[in-house]
Amino acid sequence: MIIVGAGPAGSCAAKKLAQQGLSVAVYDRRAEMGCPKRCGEGLDKKAEQLIGAIPRRCIAQDIRGGRLYVPNGKHVDAMANYGGYVLERHSFDKWLAVEAAKAGAHVRVNTLVRSLIMEGGFAKGVKGEIDGEAFEARAKIVISATGAESPLAMQAGIRTPCALNLVDTCVQYEMAGIDLEQPDWNEFIHIYIGNEIAPRGYVWVFPKGNTTANVGIGIVPGAVGPKVLLDRWIASRPRIAQGSIVEVNAGAVPVGGMLKDMVADGFIVCGEAAHQVNPIHGGGIKEAIISGQLAADVVNGCLKGGDVSKKALSKYNELWWTVRGNPMRSVEKLREVFEKISDKDLNELIDILKPEDIVEFSHGAKLSVLASVLARRPSTLLLARHLL
Amino acid sequence: MPWTLNREKCMKCGACVAVCPFAALELEHFPVNDVKKCTLCGTCEKVCPMRAIKVTK
Repeated sequence: MIIVGAGPAGSCAAKKLAQQGLSVAVYDRRAEMGCPKRCGEGLDKKAEQLIGAIPRRCIAQDIRGGRLYVPNGKHVDAMANYGGYVLERHSFDKWLAVEAAKAGAHVRVNTLVRSLIMEGGFAKGVKGEIDGEAFEARAKIVISATGAESPLAMQAGIRTPCALNLVDTCVQYEMAGIDLEQPDWNEFIHIYIGNEIAPRGYVWVFPKGNTTANVGIGIVPGAVGPKVLLDRWIASRPRIAQGSIVEVNAGAVPVGGMLKDMVADGFIVCGEAAHQVNPIHGGGIKEAIISGQLAADVVNGCLKGGDVSKKALSKYNELWWTVRGNPMRSVEKLREVFEKISDKDLNELIDILKPEDIVEFSHGAKLSVLASVLARRPSTLLLARHLL
Repeated sequence: MPWTLNREKCMKCGACVAVCPFAALELEHFPVNDVKKCTLCGTCEKVCPMRAIKVTK
């Protein structure tokens, strides 16, 4: 079988399939895995239950929790009891790919897959170029884990383009030589919300230790682009503005619209390509890991049963929606509510939010939970109208 | 030239490819526009984080 894309989804699927003794090839377009990153590099530690202990070289900074700031500058800390990491994606993605290779998968970078080989409506392999030389490879199943842009899924008849209102457009600088704004600053990822600084989305500062951090912004596509807003925000923070920009990243992140149907005959799409990203915080690494592993389980079952039809593979749709899709749909509904709340009301909200509320929201609490939070104070109770 | 890319500004991030409703864009090294599929809808221009794409009808 063939996996296109050696990010977290592709490599985790590859490892699991190779461990079952299946013949697996993984192709990645980039010459260097995880580069350029399109990501803030945050990952919660619970992901290690899925992939094992992450080597220290892949970790830039240990994180205790998230610090959420509203427009008036007040903040609340959301402490997840498990904590998290800010990763070095370059090392992390490479580690996952090496793990897959060690399990027996054949990984090849610098390989541009251009198209699916289709026969009788089934995906039967891929065509493209390795190091610029034409190649073809055949397989019983193709998994596409290419990230947000997914030309292969389109060829297999799955509509993957993100609706413009369901993506955030993002720019990030990796900065060095910045000054800590608080003594415990390095132990938190910092999230700044507000319609003025980041319409619908947020500005993030993810510390990477040693005076460095990923400083980025994701916003709904609109009249003013993310770079302009990020530059403006940085200029307003002297301790950050004094730093150097040592890397620039850009990208689009799906924040909803998870695909209902992710399979075709002989074909599965997973990870960000299937919009499997947390719609509130835009985190996709853990979702990619889960989706890759679920895809591997389904593919393994289908190959054993000798049936790789869309009908057989649709077990993946069922499984993913049960395990992740439905909770994420709740997160998406919450985001839809939060995006209607004005900066003034966000300032009110911070006084009644408890740390555990934020953790619960990012995992997909029901809207009734938000309603009960808002009911803590008459002035915020009015915000409950957005729930209707 | 109704669809133009400023190669100095482009980060090759693929945001435009991810949103193109007509699969008219492909990311090789830079995004490439297939004029046969492109309807000049401007979605790519709106999503581009670096404002590197200009679409004129």
